[in-house]
Amino acid sequence: MYRSDKPSNAEKNMADSISFKLNDKPVRLSVDGDRTLLWVLRTDVGLTGTKFGCAEGHCGACTVLVDGVAVRSCLHQVKDVKGKEVVTIEGLEKDGKLHPIQKAFMEHDALQCGFCTPGMILTAFGLLKANPSPTREQVIHGMEQNLCRCGAHTRIIDAIQSAAGEMKGGR
Amino acid sequence: MRTEDYLALDFKDSMGLFPQSRREFIKSLGGGIFIFVTLGDLAIGQEAGRQRGGRQGGPSDFNAYLRIGEDGRVTGFTGKIEMGQGPITSLAQMLAEELDTPLDTVEMVMGDTGRCPWDMGTFGSMTTRSFGPALLAAAAEAKAVLLELAAEALQVPQAQLVAQDGVIFDGQNKEQRRTYGQLAKGQKIERHLKAKPTLKEVAKFTVVGKPLVRRDGRDKVTGKAQFAGDLREPGMLYAKLLRPPAHGAKLKTVDTAPAKAIAGVQVVQDGDLVAVLHELPDVAEAALAKVKAEFDLPAPGVDDKTIFDHLLKTNPQGRAVSEGGDLAEGKKLASKTFEQTYLNSYVAHAAMETHSALAKVEQDKATIWASTQNPFGAQSEIAQAIGLPAQNVRVIAPFVGGGFGGKTRNTQAVEAARLSKAVGKPVQVVWSRAEEFFYDTFRPAAIVKISSGIDGAGKVVLWDYDVLYAGERGAAQFYAIPNHRTTARPSGRQGGGGGHPFATGAWRAPGNNTNTFARESQIDIMAAAAGMDPVEFRLKNLSDSRVIRVLKAAADRFGWTPAKAPSKRGYGVACGMDAGSYVAAIVEADVDAKKGTVQVKRLVCAQDMGLVVNPEGAKIQVEGATTMGLGYALTEEVRFQGGKVQETNFDTYALPRFSWVPKIETVLIEAKDSPPAGGGEPAIIVMGAVVANAIYDRTGARLFQLPMTPERVLAALQKA
Repeated sequence: MYRSDKPSNAEKNMADSISFKLNDKPVRLSVDGDRTLLWVLRTDVGLTGTKFGCAEGHCGACTVLVDGVAVRSCLHQVKDVKGKEVVTIEGLEKDGKLHPIQKAFMEHDALQCGFCTPGMILTAFGLLKANPSPTREQVIHGMEQNLCRCGAHTRIIDAIQSAAGEMKGGR
Repeated sequence: MRTEDYLALDFKDSMGLFPQSRREFIKSLGGGIFIFVTLGDLAIGQEAGRQRGGRQGGPSDFNAYLRIGEDGRVTGFTGKIEMGQGPITSLAQMLAEELDTPLDTVEMVMGDTGRCPWDMGTFGSMTTRSFGPALLAAAAEAKAVLLELAAEALQVPQAQLVAQDGVIFDGQNKEQRRTYGQLAKGQKIERHLKAKPTLKEVAKFTVVGKPLVRRDGRDKVTGKAQFAGDLREPGMLYAKLLRPPAHGAKLKTVDTAPAKAIAGVQVVQDGDLVAVLHELPDVAEAALAKVKAEFDLPAPGVDDKTIFDHLLKTNPQGRAVSEGGDLAEGKKLASKTFEQTYLNSYVAHAAMETHSALAKVEQDKATIWASTQNPFGAQSEIAQAIGLPAQNVRVIAPFVGGGFGGKTRNTQAVEAARLSKAVGKPVQVVWSRAEEFFYDTFRPAAIVKISSGIDGAGKVVLWDYDVLYAGERGAAQFYAIPNHRTTARPSGRQGGGGGHPFATGAWRAPGNNTNTFARESQIDIMAAAAGMDPVEFRLKNLSDSRVIRVLKAAADRFGWTPAKAPSKRGYGVACGMDAGSYVAAIVEADVDAKKGTVQVKRLVCAQDMGLVVNPEGAKIQVEGATTMGLGYALTEEVRFQGGKVQETNFDTYALPRFSWVPKIETVLIEAKDSPPAGGGEPAIIVMGAVVANAIYDRTGARLFQLPMTPERVLAALQKA
C-alpha cells in the first residue's frame, strides 16, 4: 500500500533512496530527502493520522516517534530518518489491540474534535518511555508544547496518568 | 420537562418540495421504514436564519429523517456536523431511547448534502435543543409504524405489545416476538409526520441521561478518523494560493513564470485568484514562494491600539434590547453611581485543523469534502461560484477539526471548487496557519459602556448599558433592577463604514463573552462599593430562580465563605445565560505581582441546561469551554496594522496550554422538567469576568480590557 517507488515529476532529478522502518515494516522511498517527514508520510506513504497543524513546530499535531523519541515531523527532513525506526499513530494498535495510551484516551474521553489527538498520544508515548511513572506536574511539563483548542487538557493529563499506571513501566 | 415543551412542532407534508436528488438517494437505499419530519416554529433560530439567508421560496425540505433498514439497523440523517462537540453520540442516544433499540444499532449520517435533510448549520448550540425534537418525533413515529406492523404480524392488539432492545413482543407471551429487522423486511414504507406523535416520558428514559464516552473515540485515537485534508482522490492536485499582504491590497503585477518552470507545476490565474498546483503539497508551496507579485497597499489604517477610538467614531445606530422603569428615577434613587467602559480585542478561532477542502468538479456535477459548519451554505456558495445548479453540487463535511463559529465561512471550499473546475482534476486546498489567521472571521473588537447605581441598602436601582460591535446576545441584564435600559449596536461589517479592517463573525457564544465580562465586572464593582460579598450582592439583586439556583450550586461546591472584595483570597464569581442555559462560575486565582501573570488554580462551574442527554458529553463541553475561555481572558488578541494581520502562527498568538488549566469541577443541575438547552457554548461566557473579579479580589486591581495580559495586569496593579 505504500507508494514507495513512484517519485513525483518534480523530484525525479533529485530523488534519494531512503530506507527506514515504519510502523514495524521496512520501507524504501524514492523521494527528495530534503522534504519534510510530515508531507512524505501524509502524501507519498498515505498515512494521514499525522496531522498538519502549523508547519513550524508550535502545535505538536504532527508528532511522530523516531527511535522512540517524540519529534515534530513538520521540522524533520525525511533524510534524517534513514535507517531509523518511525512510528505513527497508525502503528500503535497491534493485532486489533489498542495501546494502553489509546485506550486511556478513549476511556477518559480525552478528546473532542480529535485533530490534535494523534500528536498528543505520541507525545505521551515518548514521555512515558522516558519517564514511566511521571507525576502530574511532569505530565503537564511534558505535554506543554502540544496545543488542543477544544480544551481536553485535564482529561488528557488523567488519561496519561492512568495509562502509566496500566503500563507499569512496560512497553 | 413537559412533553409539550418538546413537541412544539408544526407538522406538514411538503413532499412536493423534496429535492429530486435526495428522492433518488432514498430509492437507492432499498427497503425499510422511512420517516420524514418537518420542523415548525420551535426552531426559531433556524426559521429566522432561513429568512435571513434569503433564497427566494426556499430551501424547503424535511428537517429530519430516519430509516429502519431490513437488517433492523437505524440510521438518522442530519445536516449537522461533528466537530468535537459530540452530536454523533448524543443524537444517536436520543434515537436509541425513543426507539427502544440498542445504541450500537443506531448510526448517524451527518453533514452530507446529498443524503441529509437541509440544515442551516451547526452553531448557536442548536443541535440538541432545535434539531433534537424533530429527530425524537421521527423516532416516535417509526416506533408507531413498527408497532402497527407487529400487531398485524403477531395478531395481537397494539396495546398489548412491548418494544424493547430492538424487539417487539407480546406482553402476555414473550415468545411471540419480531425483531425490528424482521418487521422492516420487504417493506417500503414512507411516513410523513402530520400529527404530533406521543413521545416517551422523561421518567422512563434509560439511554438519554446516561453518561457515554464518544462513539468516534476509537477512530480518533487510531488515526482512522478522516478530516477533509486527509482525503485523497486519484489524479488530485494540491493547490497553494497567492495571498495579499494585507486586507484591502490590490494585485498589481504577477509573474508566475519561475513557478511554472518547476516540473509538474500548474498555474491557474483567474482574476485575483492565482494558484500554484502540484501533485505534492509541499512542492506546490515551494513553487508559490517563487511567484513574484506586487500589490497596491491600502493607506495604513487603524491598528490594534487605535481601533477602539476608530470604532467609537463609526458608532452605528443602536436599538433598545430591553428596558424597564425610568432611568431618571434610577439616578435619583442611587446613592452611588458607576460609569465604566469595557473593551475587548479581536480574537481568532484558531481551530487546530485549518480550513481544508477537496473538490472534484466534473462536467455537470461536483463533490466537495470540506471542513465546514454549514455544508448547505457551502453548497450554494460553490454552486454559484462554478455555475452549477445547487442540486448538482454535493458537499460532505467529514470529521471537522474544531469550528467554534470559524468554519461557517467556506472560502477554502469555493477556492478548491473553482480550481478543480479550472484544471479538470480533483484539487485539495488546505490553508496554512498564516492563511487561517489572515482569513479568519474574528470575534469583533467591542466596547461596552455601563452607567449604573446602587442605593444605600445595596440594591441596584439604575442600569444603563450600551454595547457596541459585540452584538446583543447576552446583553440584556437579568438582575431585578427597577430602572434599566440595554442598547445594542450591530456587530459591524468589514471596511467602509462598517468599522472593522477585516472580516468578523460568530465566535463561540457570539457577543455573550463581551457582554458577560462587562456586566459581571460592573456587578462586582458595585458589590465592593456596597461593602458586600459578591455572591451575596448578586443574590440580593437576583429574582430569576434558575440563575439563583446555579449561583448557589457553584458557591456550595466551591465552599464559598462570604467576604468583601478584595479579600486577598483571589476568589472570583460570575454568572450568565446563554443558548437557554444558566451558568455560574467561581474561581480561585493567583497573580504574580512582578510578572503580571495570572494562574487560575481552581474552577467550579455550575450549569443548568435543562434535560441533559449525555451528562459526560455535557461535562466535557463545560471543561472545554472554560479552558478555551482562559485564552480570551488572558492572552488571545489579534494584533494588526491596517489590514495587515500580525499573527501568523502560535508563537505570537498564545492559546491555553496544559500548565494553565485549573482543577475543573462541573456541577450539572438536575432539571429534567426543562427541555434540553444549549451545551457547547454557555460555559465560556463567564471566563472574562470570573478571572477579572478574582484578580480584583486577590490584588485590588480592576481590569477593564480583555485579554488581561501581563502588561495590562501590571498597569492595573500600578493604579490600584
